[in-house]
Amino acid sequence: MYDTSDIRKGLKVLMDGNPYNVIEFQFIKPGKGAAFTRTKFKNLLTGAVVERNIRSGEKLEPANVDQRDMQFLYKEGSDLVFMDQSNYEQVTVSADLIGEAADLMKDNLPCTVLFFNERPVDVTLPTFVFLEVTASEPGVRGDTSGNVQKPATVETGATVSVPLFIRVGDTIKIDTRTHEYVERVNK
Amino acid sequence: MIRRGRVLAVDVDERIAVLRGERGDARVPADPAWRAGDLVELGGEGERGEGGAGGGRGVGGRGVGGRGVGGSDAGGSGVGGSDAGGSGAGGSGRRVRPYDGPPYPGPGTEVARLPRARIDRLHQRARALAALRAFFDGEGFLEVETPLLVPSPGLEIHLEAVPAGAGYLITSPEYQMKRLLAGGFERVYQVCKCFRANERGPHHASEFSMVEWYRAYAELDAIAADVEALVAHVCRAVAGRAVARVPAAEAAGAGPREIDVTPPWPRLTVREVMRRWAGVEVAGDEPAAALAAAVRAAGIEIEPDAAWDDAFFAAFLARVEPAIAALTRPLILEDWPAPLAALARRTDADPRIAYRFEAYVGGLELANAFGELTDPVEQRARFEDDLRIRAARGRALYPIDEKLLAALAEGLPPSAGVALGFDRLVMLATGAPSIDQVLSFTAAEL
Repeated sequence: MYDTSDIRKGLKVLMDGNPYNVIEFQFIKPGKGAAFTRTKFKNLLTGAVVERNIRSGEKLEPANVDQRDMQFLYKEGSDLVFMDQSNYEQVTVSADLIGEAADLMKDNLPCTVLFFNERPVDVTLPTFVFLEVTASEPGVRGDTSGNVQKPATVETGATVSVPLFIRVGDTIKIDTRTHEYVERVNK
Repeated sequence: MIRRGRVLAVDVDERIAVLRGERGDARVPADPAWRAGDLVELGGEGERGEGGAGGGRGVGGRGVGGRGVGGSDAGGSGVGGSDAGGSGAGGSGRRVRPYDGPPYPGPGTEVARLPRARIDRLHQRARALAALRAFFDGEGFLEVETPLLVPSPGLEIHLEAVPAGAGYLITSPEYQMKRLLAGGFERVYQVCKCFRANERGPHHASEFSMVEWYRAYAELDAIAADVEALVAHVCRAVAGRAVARVPAAEAAGAGPREIDVTPPWPRLTVREVMRRWAGVEVAGDEPAAALAAAVRAAGIEIEPDAAWDDAFFAAFLARVEPAIAALTRPLILEDWPAPLAALARRTDADPRIAYRFEAYVGGLELANAFGELTDPVEQRARFEDDLRIRAARGRALYPIDEKLLAALAEGLPPSAGVALGFDRLVMLATGAPSIDQVLSFTAAEL
């Protein structure tokens, strides 16, 4: 069991049968009143966020969750297949779990897969991926002022907005959380 | 300005070094031999005596004594203005302690180097402390130091003491301060460290600094006037004006707000704020279930079997504190209900209310004051109640401070006193958003 002094970001707890991840917490102690920790939890299955005040002395049940480093192998329809490189075990995960970032995934991408009661419930991608631009209109010369962008297609098929100077063959760094271009990478 | 310090970086081509001194960073002409990590002293007249002799300069010695440089030259030549300016071109200087280790750690990973903002805040903190002492000196207070290691720490039901040796570290110096009052002192203050286990947050550190002061033969109003005047005095010393700076609420996204702390401060009673902002009537002698029902009727969720204080604080934290935080002036929140009296005396007019106030500035709870309970019989009964509640909640049980009770029995003059969080005062004076930013080192950095 955890108590309030164990609460930190990323702590996985079980509440009402659901696994939750602590995403925010703040210690509060009114003068002459009882201390508690105002805590925001994210439901690992639904993504819903709830706030609860955990009083000092209250216990939280650890969730039976397991984080494993796995490699993305390939897409199979709307599913994605991952492999644990330590034992070559494979799991199939619905693309819905990953959301928009799924189209930034290249073969062999190292990811973290979260299991709850042995079932994969969440996939965390690296914050940044590096992908080659496969198609993009050339930028209009001279129009380099401001923040003008153009669409570009990368090797996984995803489309991202990039600055005008990006050309086919460039490798670019993309933030998987926001789907946004970060910078050009010199190979 | 900066005459010596640690070399953070050297540009060999330009012969420029970034030097971190006691007062900040400066670009200075570099000696070609300098390396990052070296402790160096710039050349130039009139500077060399500063570190060694110590006595030579008398005036303006405040800035002396940078991080262990300990210059060996005793030369007392120190006259000639400390900020003599540019030290000429040559970039001559000497390495006081050449760094010879593995490559000097990069910015942000070093142990020795403090963040710039913290260096500034520690200077401001020292200024606040000096101003505070000057204030109490001017008011005729005697500065005292009472033991930090005691056999009987506070029994307050929501505090946990840190065990130390055969006893505990104090959670507040109040018991010993009150014994000094009984012993005949009339105006005493102290600035000391207090320790409260498991308290850690933006406004809490397990080890923190408290200012406590007491006036014998005085009413609580005199203490309220002290708090107002002290806060204004310290803010003026640190910020130049009687304003506290409060970081904007997360949602607002704006810069810090300024709160005018010029005395006198507005006052409200606990009953008024609970009625106005929470829609809850608080008498002070109602059963817990009745208060809990009123809180629930006001639309605030609480557990069905909530204790009186838990029901009160559920409403207070949900509705009242946010309203206090939005005020543009500080607040003296007075007339606390008897169940939250702690060491305060009940009022003569209404025994359901105690002589207690809390001072809020920008929503931050800064000080808690009591018209002190002087009745040894009632004090013992409250201690025993506290112990019963602690036992019921599975909390540590501490011995009752019999020496305090004996002192009360022998006679404590009518007195009023207050505890004020010094770190929080510095936060307000400097606009720091968290207590970590006004400490030399946080527990996590040890």
